[in-house]
Amino acid sequence: MSVTTLPTRGQVLRQPGWLARLFDYKPFLIVMCLAPAVGLLLVFLTYPLGLGIWLAFTDTTIGQRGVYIGLENFQYLLKDPLWWNAVFYSIFYTAVATFGKFALGFWLALLLNNHFPFKSLIRAIVLLPWIVPTVLSALAFWWIYDPQFSIISYLLVDVLHLRDSNVDFLGSPWPARFSLIAANIWRGIPFVAISLLAGLQTISPSLYEAAMLDGATSWQRFRYITFPMMMPILAIVMTFSIIFTFTDFQLVYAITRGGPVNSTHLLATLAFQRGIAGGELGEGAAIAVSMIPFLVFATLFSYFGLARRKWQQGEAND
Amino acid sequence: MTDVAAQSSNVASAAPDTMAWDSRARRVVMIYLPLACFILILLFPFYWMAITSFKPNAELLNYKEHNPFWITSPTLAHVKHLLFDTSYPRWLKTTMLVAIGSTFLSLFASTLAAYAIERLRFRGSPYVGLGIYLAYLVPPSILFIPLATVIVQFGLFDSPLALILVYPTFLVPFCTWLLIGYFKSIPYELEECALVDGATRLQILWRITLPLAVPGLISAGIFSFTLSWNEFIYALAFIQSGANKTVPVAILTELITGDVYQWGALMAGSLLGSLPVALFYSLFVDYYVSSLTGAVKE
Repeated sequence: MSVTTLPTRGQVLRQPGWLARLFDYKPFLIVMCLAPAVGLLLVFLTYPLGLGIWLAFTDTTIGQRGVYIGLENFQYLLKDPLWWNAVFYSIFYTAVATFGKFALGFWLALLLNNHFPFKSLIRAIVLLPWIVPTVLSALAFWWIYDPQFSIISYLLVDVLHLRDSNVDFLGSPWPARFSLIAANIWRGIPFVAISLLAGLQTISPSLYEAAMLDGATSWQRFRYITFPMMMPILAIVMTFSIIFTFTDFQLVYAITRGGPVNSTHLLATLAFQRGIAGGELGEGAAIAVSMIPFLVFATLFSYFGLARRKWQQGEAND
Repeated sequence: MTDVAAQSSNVASAAPDTMAWDSRARRVVMIYLPLACFILILLFPFYWMAITSFKPNAELLNYKEHNPFWITSPTLAHVKHLLFDTSYPRWLKTTMLVAIGSTFLSLFASTLAAYAIERLRFRGSPYVGLGIYLAYLVPPSILFIPLATVIVQFGLFDSPLALILVYPTFLVPFCTWLLIGYFKSIPYELEECALVDGATRLQILWRITLPLAVPGLISAGIFSFTLSWNEFIYALAFIQSGANKTVPVAILTELITGDVYQWGALMAGSLLGSLPVALFYSLFVDYYVSSLTGAVKE
């Protein structure tokens, strides 16, 4: 490898110009290398984050500079049943969808960890729902959930004769809530499965061989080898999953836009409706900011809740 | 989901008999059957999308006389309507421009950043790395309202340039993280040899480190491209005029008019909008899967 990359020696030895020598001055080079990335993140991430928190304490509307009004936005939100509803559904949505994604994703990962023909092709196929733009697959779900022409209703009513009438997927609150969660789980399974598959492949086969010699059943092998060995990776993947499920926007916006009767609003869609569509930037920002405590709590909970087991083992020193 | 649950209970009830006499039958029930169900459910929405795109309207809304799972007389009418009666080609072009622009910008910024953090070791470099990584955990849903005002201040509202500049905020952390891992895997001795030979740092980066990091650059590029093609909330909030919209936003806001949905055209639009990423992804699927699994292993 080194042989093929070093024949450029002749060119390298040419006396470098002043500009090249400036770039060889390490502090300058470090600053120049970090400038584009750090600059972009400061201008379009850190500054807006600070600005968003500031906006949450003002009464800014679109086209009009606001003034500081203290906690008024938050006091208003605490009295707003729609905000409470969004809080409830965001937590419910995250909890149920995360549970579904991890249960099914873990199962799929265990299945994919076996040997069978066309393994890499099947892995590639399995990732598709995760690759395709969420809004576009959400539209497919919207069509699948159509009140009149739903293919699921057709199967249940005309093929299997399990029901007499079409299912009203998106017309009433609870079915709509569960329909969205099902779509979210569908989209989330591939990422969970592939990430956990990576974790499964790092577990040494000798552990299983030793357990088999000791006469462990397949359930015992899963319970005492696979599961504990997967804890660290589960903690990371779950933390990510919780953050991005809790702040989800696309699926709900594409399928129900928060309806019927505002029952499926997540905090993000409510923030959009009030902040951008409604023009109340200050109030929208307050709703967005109100996600932060939940996010911090969920992150700490999932990360430390799952990682704790590892520490305990370390402390026990066995 | 419900199908899977039903299937698993079938498996459980059928398992004890088959297990006893044939391990091959057991494999079928325990592995192939559930796997087939997963694949069926994961792929069904795409099949449904595709089949709806080519169904004539008469078949589309008549399940009594036509089997909904098949097309008897396929038509290109929906695709034609999409391509010639709407601004769809324009939306595709904008989306492509934004995705390619933000991918190149992010690759440029994150390659330099990853090189500085991993190879130019300085006091505090781990903290800079951690800071960039933490930026990935700030979700767009929290940022879009203040970012909209920043975009207006910069005079970039309703311009695709705004998206090209904003998308790197979630692409750079990811790519930097990925590339730091790649740079780590390149032996430092190679760079030391070049330094001894009198090469400048930039020459080393350009002629030695980058060529060896090409697989990492490719996977970072694919991730960036698919993530920016996917992005929705910023594109929805920052772009106003119909002509400048990206495909996901335009389909949802421009193609849906009134109460009667043109499902054929909508699904054709979704299918066509999914194809570029799906094709791009299938070309580099091995890089994609290995870097995804590699990133998680780190």
